Amino acid sequence: MTNSTPVVLDKLSIQQRKTILEILKITGRGHIGSAFSLLEIVRILYDDVLSFNAKEPQWPDRDRFILSKGHGCLGLYLQLVRQGYFAEKELYKTSEQGAMLGGHPEYGRVPGVEASTGSLGHGLPIAVGIALAAKIDQKKYRTFVLVGDGECNEGSIWESALAASKHRLNNLTVIVDYNKFQCYGATADICNLEPLADKWRSFGFAVEEVNGHDIASIRSSFNRLPYSSDKPNVIIAHTVKGFGISELESNPAWHHKSRVPADEIQRLIRILESEHA
Amino acid sequence: MRKTCLNEVYKLAQQDERVVFIGSDIGQGTLDNFKTEYPERFFMEGVSEAHLIGMMTGLAMCGKIPYMNTIATFITRRCYEQVLLDAGLHNQPIRIIGSGGGCVYAPLGPTHLAVEDIAIMRAIPNMTIFAPSDAEEMKKLMPATLDYDRPIYIRLAKGGDTVISRSSDSFEIGEPIYYKQGSDILFIGTGITSNIALEAAAILDEAGISAGVLHLHTLKPINQASLLETMSQYKAIVTLEEHSIIGGLGAIISEIIAENISIQPMKLAKLALPDQFQEEYGSQNTTMDAAGISVANAVAQAKIIMSNG
Repeated sequence: MTNSTPVVLDKLSIQQRKTILEILKITGRGHIGSAFSLLEIVRILYDDVLSFNAKEPQWPDRDRFILSKGHGCLGLYLQLVRQGYFAEKELYKTSEQGAMLGGHPEYGRVPGVEASTGSLGHGLPIAVGIALAAKIDQKKYRTFVLVGDGECNEGSIWESALAASKHRLNNLTVIVDYNKFQCYGATADICNLEPLADKWRSFGFAVEEVNGHDIASIRSSFNRLPYSSDKPNVIIAHTVKGFGISELESNPAWHHKSRVPADEIQRLIRILESEHA
Repeated sequence: MRKTCLNEVYKLAQQDERVVFIGSDIGQGTLDNFKTEYPERFFMEGVSEAHLIGMMTGLAMCGKIPYMNTIATFITRRCYEQVLLDAGLHNQPIRIIGSGGGCVYAPLGPTHLAVEDIAIMRAIPNMTIFAPSDAEEMKKLMPATLDYDRPIYIRLAKGGDTVISRSSDSFEIGEPIYYKQGSDILFIGTGITSNIALEAAAILDEAGISAGVLHLHTLKPINQASLLETMSQYKAIVTLEEHSIIGGLGAIISEIIAENISIQPMKLAKLALPDQFQEEYGSQNTTMDAAGISVANAVAQAKIIMSNG
């Protein structure tokens, strides 16, 4: 399962990308390429996988999802709005003085956000603790954590991988948003992760690989969880940074953008619509 | 002190099933009783401090009260961002117990010397810092940690430390203990340096200088009103700490003096380690002596201050 698998974005995926561009138009900044990379993954998680109650965000038996690559938060915020955690108008105030939402997700400030992330390598250790608590308490809730491929440069990811394996946390699922690009350029050039699936296997994980923009495939991978009775799970989601607008795709310039003129945003929205007409 | 502290963790675990213990890779046999009786709450997890602070935060988010112990340097500066962001920003009740605070590991060199731990822990919002004077004070401190809803750093001394705490003293987080009242000069200590202060004060008494001794078992938060009330009874203070001159007890007292005109003018001498890496091996005592964190130098500094009118 690789990037070459053709994917046709459905209406919701197109609409969510359009909304992110509209947010960028108003707020002036955001990690657009990163958000476009993980949209389908987080959408399926909230639509079809996670057990939660938006009216009771602290429900003790809820499944937990941590966006460890916190810079992709626009993709998460959209799902939280759709699920009823907070009002859509909050999206358009992101990072304003006094706003609830910021450029990275914050625990305790944003309903539905399970951990404050932004500095890389923090979400997985916290997720391991949550999953371990479930084991101690013999609870059924599951823990999901989405990490970036650039984030896999961090040593703490691999420290946690060792621990998750030791404790046989089959209630933990790591999703790697493997878009092959980090801030400066290609992961292969900066800090090569390959063979990534073998690395996770050697750390004691049960591994699946999936096209991270193919709704049916992602759903199917989640539905097969847990992959093993005694191993933590990892889904390596092959994605495309900036997916959905060809000139943004795999283009490090769009990892984070600020001060993009409104007419430029409008042009991108037109391209998005025309490329998926 | 470490033995007492960990035994108290065991006792807390007996009374409260939320208590879990986490070690990185500490001495064989540590808390064997805990491990035997509560194996599902005992974790020896390997040399992975960054991960462990995050894991503890996750456990705490789910209602656990994790106590972790390893060498102080490795759970303060090694994983500082995890302590700041995971424990501090999320404001979760994890308990970090640092062995060998100060100069305890002087024989092992600068990699193991925890002499800036207070400075860096202090800069973390929500963090609470304890540096008890002895094992008896530790016994009072530990029960107070159980239901305290914020992250805590506990700085352990070497062990076998002279007991100066009195059975009559209660333990309240942030509340200084006024061990000895004086009138000329006030020694303020933390951890084992409060004992040095008491010995120095006794010598000064014989020399006709009346020295008071105030002990800060909590370096953050501090009941500043209480501290100011005691400080206002004096015109000169000597701080004693087993810590860098930057950011520790002396700095805290300097800031308080500077910010409170009611206690000015106030003379201040700070006995602390210089702003440099350890240059010589030795014992805890010889290292402190060389830096002037000693009874003799405390007496000398007090006399200098008093003779300068």
